[in-house]
Amino acid sequence: MSNFLTASIGRKFIMSISGLFLMMFICVHLGVNLLLLFDDSGELFNLGANFMATNPLIKVMEPVLGLGFVVHIIWSFLISLQNYKARPVGYDKSNAAYSSTWASRNMLVLGALVLVFLVMHIIQFFIPVKTGGLEATMIDGVEMHNTYALVAGLFKSSVLYCILYIIGGALLGFHLGHGFWSAFQTIGMSNQYWLKRLQCIGKIFAIVVAVGFAIIPLYFLIKF
Amino acid sequence: MSKLDAKIPEGPLAQKWTNYKDHQKLVNPANKRKLDVIVVGTGLAGGAAAASLGEMGFNVKNFTIQDSPRRAHSIAAQGGINAAKNYPNDGDSVYRLFYDTIKGGDYRAREANVYRLAEVSNSIIDQCVAQGVPFAREYGGLLDNRSFGGAQVSRTFYAKGQTGQQLLLGAYQALMRQVNAGTVKMYTRTELVDIVIVDGKARGIIARDLVTGELTRHFGHAVVLATGGYGNTFFLSTNAMGSNGSAAIKAFHKGAMFANPCYAQIHPTCIPVHGEFQSKLTLMSESLRNDGRIWVPKKKEDAEAIRAGKLKPTQIAEEDRDYYLERRYPAFGNLVPRDVASRAAKERCDAGFGVNSTGLAVYLDFKSAIERLGKNVIKARYGNLFQMYEKIVDEDPYETPMMIYPAIHYTMGGLWVDYELQTNIPGLFAAGEANFSDHGANRLGASALMQGLADGYFVLPYTIQNYLADEIRTPRMTTNEKEFVDTEKAVKARFDKLLSIKGERSVDSIHKELGLVMWDFVGMGRTKESLEKAIKRIAEIKKEFWSNVRIPGSNDGMNVELEKASRLADFIEIGNLMAHDGLNREESCGGHFREEYQTEEGEALRQDDKFAYVGCWKYEGEDKAPALVKEDLVYESVKMVQRNYK
Amino acid sequence: MENTINLTLKVWRQNGPKDKGRFETYKVENISTDSSFLEMMDILNEQLIKENKEPVAFDHDCREGICGMCSLYINGRPHGPDDDVTTCQLHMRKFKDGETVTIEPWRAAAFPVIKDLMVDRTAFDKIIAAGGYVSVSTGGVPDANAIPIPKVDADEAMDAASCIGCGACVAACKNSSAMLFVSAKVSQLALLPQGRVEAKARAKAMIAKMDELGFGGCTNTGACEVECPKGVSITNIARLNRQYLAARFSE
Repeated sequence: MSNFLTASIGRKFIMSISGLFLMMFICVHLGVNLLLLFDDSGELFNLGANFMATNPLIKVMEPVLGLGFVVHIIWSFLISLQNYKARPVGYDKSNAAYSSTWASRNMLVLGALVLVFLVMHIIQFFIPVKTGGLEATMIDGVEMHNTYALVAGLFKSSVLYCILYIIGGALLGFHLGHGFWSAFQTIGMSNQYWLKRLQCIGKIFAIVVAVGFAIIPLYFLIKF
Repeated sequence: MSKLDAKIPEGPLAQKWTNYKDHQKLVNPANKRKLDVIVVGTGLAGGAAAASLGEMGFNVKNFTIQDSPRRAHSIAAQGGINAAKNYPNDGDSVYRLFYDTIKGGDYRAREANVYRLAEVSNSIIDQCVAQGVPFAREYGGLLDNRSFGGAQVSRTFYAKGQTGQQLLLGAYQALMRQVNAGTVKMYTRTELVDIVIVDGKARGIIARDLVTGELTRHFGHAVVLATGGYGNTFFLSTNAMGSNGSAAIKAFHKGAMFANPCYAQIHPTCIPVHGEFQSKLTLMSESLRNDGRIWVPKKKEDAEAIRAGKLKPTQIAEEDRDYYLERRYPAFGNLVPRDVASRAAKERCDAGFGVNSTGLAVYLDFKSAIERLGKNVIKARYGNLFQMYEKIVDEDPYETPMMIYPAIHYTMGGLWVDYELQTNIPGLFAAGEANFSDHGANRLGASALMQGLADGYFVLPYTIQNYLADEIRTPRMTTNEKEFVDTEKAVKARFDKLLSIKGERSVDSIHKELGLVMWDFVGMGRTKESLEKAIKRIAEIKKEFWSNVRIPGSNDGMNVELEKASRLADFIEIGNLMAHDGLNREESCGGHFREEYQTEEGEALRQDDKFAYVGCWKYEGEDKAPALVKEDLVYESVKMVQRNYK
Repeated sequence: MENTINLTLKVWRQNGPKDKGRFETYKVENISTDSSFLEMMDILNEQLIKENKEPVAFDHDCREGICGMCSLYINGRPHGPDDDVTTCQLHMRKFKDGETVTIEPWRAAAFPVIKDLMVDRTAFDKIIAAGGYVSVSTGGVPDANAIPIPKVDADEAMDAASCIGCGACVAACKNSSAMLFVSAKVSQLALLPQGRVEAKARAKAMIAKMDELGFGGCTNTGACEVECPKGVSITNIARLNRQYLAARFSE
C-alpha cells in the first residue's frame, strides 16, 4: 500500500477524496452562512453558529477537516511537482486554450489563491471565535457568542473586505467548476453517460457555491 | 541450379497439412532455448511469428525499421479478414474459400499452400478473439460478417474499417508479452542491410541502427523475412513511405529465387492523384464496394463538362449514368475482384469517360445505399473512411459521390518459398507479403490479413521446426566469423559508395522517375514494347542513380536520405525484375495484363499450356539479366478455367 | 482551381538527444493547398537538399492516419490546426498565405528527442509490454463464437482500441501524462470477457510502468481527448482509475 500514495493515480485519489470531503464541508459552511441573509437581527445565524460550535459530531470533525485541508494542499504540491518534471522542455508556441479550460490547467494557482483567502478568513473569523473575546448574547436562555456581530460588523465596515470575499467566492467557484467532476472521474465514478452529467452538475454546484458565498458580502454591501 | 522442390506433402489435398504435421520433425523444449531465430519485420506475419516462436521457447530477435513494432504497414489494412467459419450459414466451407482464392488468383497459385491457408483460417479468428481483438458483432453478441470482392458468401470478419490495425495490435501485444518475458529481443529503428550465408545456409543478418548509423551483426539458426511487399517501386502506391523490398533483394542477391515479380495488384478504390507533389496514394477500403455503386457518365460531353468543372456529378440524371461494373458483370456487379474492377475503370477513363480534372477517376456513389439503409447505417459501417476522404479531398461523400482510381496496392510476387515457407536458401524463410505463395496472380480482398497471420501463427511455427530440428547441434556463432565480417565490409563499402556519389539529384526525384516508368510501362496494361522500353529506361535510371544521386550528411548518426537511397537502389533492381518477368509471361492473368492477350470482351486471357508455372528469377550478377527457373503448377483438385464473374 | 500559398516555417532543429537544439526559419513557396502537411515538409526537404543542407528529420510512414508514426506540434497543437486528424492527414488548406508556422517535436521527459522533430516513443511499447495484452499463447483457444459479447461492449472496446499510439495525448497534456493511452488499452481489454480475467493486474502493472517511465499524472484537463486524432474518450480514464483502485484495494 505504501507506494499507492505516491503512484500517479494514488496521489490523485488522495486529492479526490480530500476534495470531496472539503466540498461537503463547504456545503455545510455555506448552509450556515446563508442564515445571515434571513434574519438581520442575527439570532438565526447565531443559533446556527452555536450549533456548529457545540455539536459533538462537528467537534470531532473539526480536526479531521483541518487534516483534510493539509492533505489536499500538500498533495497538490506533490502532484504539481511530479507533473512539472514530466516536461523538462516546454513548447515555444502553445495553444492549450483550444483543448482545455484555463481553470483545469491552473488548479494549483486557483487553489493557492483560495488558500490565501482562507488564511485571511481564518484570521478574521475562525481565530476570534476560537480564542474568545467575542461579545456574548442570550438566545432562548442560552448564552452564546454573537458571531453575527463579528461577521456583519466586518462587512458593514469595509467595502474592501466585501470585495475580497466576493473574489474569494468566485475563486472557489472556478476551483470547484473543475474540481467537482474531476473528483468523480478520478475515483472512477464516471462513464460515457455520467461524464457529461457530472460536468453539468459540477458547473451548477460551482455557481451555487460562488454565488452563495459572494451574495453575503454583497447583501451587506448593498443593504447597509 | 537444380529444379525447385516445393516439398508438397503426399496425400489428398485436404490431408496434406495434417499429414505434414503428423510426420514433421519437432524440437524439444530444452533444445528450443539453444536455438536463435531472427525475424525481420513486425507486421502480421513477422509479429505473429516472433510472438509464437517466443512463446514456444525459441530465442527470437525481432527487427523493425519503425520506432515500434505496432507501426508495420499491416496496420493500414481496412476491410477485413476472411475465414471459412460459415457463421452466416450461407454455404461457405474450407474448400470454397480455397477454391475462391485459387480462382481469384487466376490459377497461378500452388494448390497445397492455398488449401492449407483456407484450413487454418478459422483458427486465426479464434486466436484473435482470444487476444481481445474487438471484431464487429451482432446484437446477439456473436461475430458479424460482411461480403467482399470475388466471393458469393459473407466470410469477412472486420473491426470497423480498421481490421488490419486491430489484428496487428493483437499480434503486437502478443509480441510485447514475449518481450516482457524475455524470449523476444526487439530491435526497433534497425534495418536489415544484408543476409549472412555460412556454408550455404542463412546464419544471420547485418543490420543498421537507423539512429546511430552503426552496423551490427546478428546470428540466427534460421532467418525469417517478413518484410512485406515492394509496391513502392512505383513511388506512388498505397504502401507506407517506409515499405520497401530491400530484404527480398538482399536475399535475391544471395541466391534466393524471386518468384512472379510481375504480379502486382492494382487496387480499384484509391483516392485519385491530384498533383505532382503527391507523396502517396490513399486507399479507400474495398468494403465500400459492398454498398457503393461505381459509375461514370454515359455521355462523353457530360464527362467533359465534369472535368471542366461545369457540371456536378449529382446533376447527372440516373439514366445518364453508366454503372459499368453492373452492366458488364451482372452476377458479381460492383464486387468483382480487384484486377477486374481496376481494368474496367482504366478502360472507361481511357475511352474518355473519366472524371476529376485529370480525367483519371470514376465515381463511387452511396446515394442509393443511403436511401435504402439510411445515413446512420452507412456512417456506422464506413464512418471513418468517409471522414478520411473528406479530410483529404475536402468534399462530403455523403452528399457528393467519392472519386476513386486504381493504384498499386499489393504485390503477389515475392521470394520463392516451398510448402514450408523456406526459400531455396536453407534456413532462410519468407512469410506474409514477402513471399509469393498463396495469392497466385491476384489477391482477393481480406486475404492478405488471413495469409499474414496464417503464416505467422499457424504455419511457420510448425514448418521452421522441421528445419531447426537438424540444427540443434549447431552452436551459436560469435559473429566474428569470416562470413559475418566480410558481409559487413561489403555493406559498409556500399554505403560509402552511395555517400561518395555527391551528385545533383535527390533520391525522391529519381524515385519518382522510376515510378513513372513503372506506371506507364509495367502498370495496368503491359505490352512487349512497353516492357522492353521499361527494361531500357530502368537501366538508364540505375546509371543515373549511381552517378548522380545527392545524399547530404554522413553515415554517422541518423541519415534519412541515405536510408531512402539504399532502398531506392533495391527498388531499381525490383523494377527490372518485374519488367523481365512481365516480358516473359506472354499471357494475361490476374494482376498481370498483357494487352496482346485478351478476350474479345477485353478480359484477361491466360495461356495455361505455356505459362502454368511460377516464374522464378535467379540473380546472375551485377548488370546481367536474371535467369528464369520454373516451378510447374500442378492442379490436382481444381480444373483451370477462364475466370468468369458474369 | 488550385490555390497556392507561401509560408514561413519556424522549425525545431536538434542534432541528437544531447544537443541543445534551436529554431531555424525557412521559407516555402507555392505550396498547393491540396497537399498534405507532410508533403509540404517533403518540399521543404527537397529544397534543403538542393541547397546541400541536411533535410529536417521527422517521423512518418503510412500517411493515411493509422500507423501513428507522424507527430509534430504545429502552431501550438499536436497534429496541427484541425480536429480528428494526424499530421499526415492535415492539409495545407488549413493555413493562410503568408502565415508563420511553428513546428516543434512532442515535448515530454518520457519522449526524448532523437533528431530534429523525431522523438523516441518506445516508452509506449514498454507500457504495453508491462501488461497491455491478454495472456494467451498461439493455439488452444476456444471457438471465436464461444463467448457472446454484447454489441455495446464490443463497440466501446473498439472505440478504445482505435488508439494509434501516436503520443498526441502526451504532447497535449500539460503534465505529459500517458493516461489516455494507458486507459485506452486497459478499457478495451477490460470491456471484453477475454481480457477481464487480468483486468486489475493489467491496470496496476501498466500504471506502475507509466509512472516509472517519467510520464506525469492525470489532472483531468481533457486536452488529450480533444487532441486525440482518433477521438479516444476520457471516460476510458475513469474506467482505468476504477480498475486501478479496485486492484489496489483488493491487495
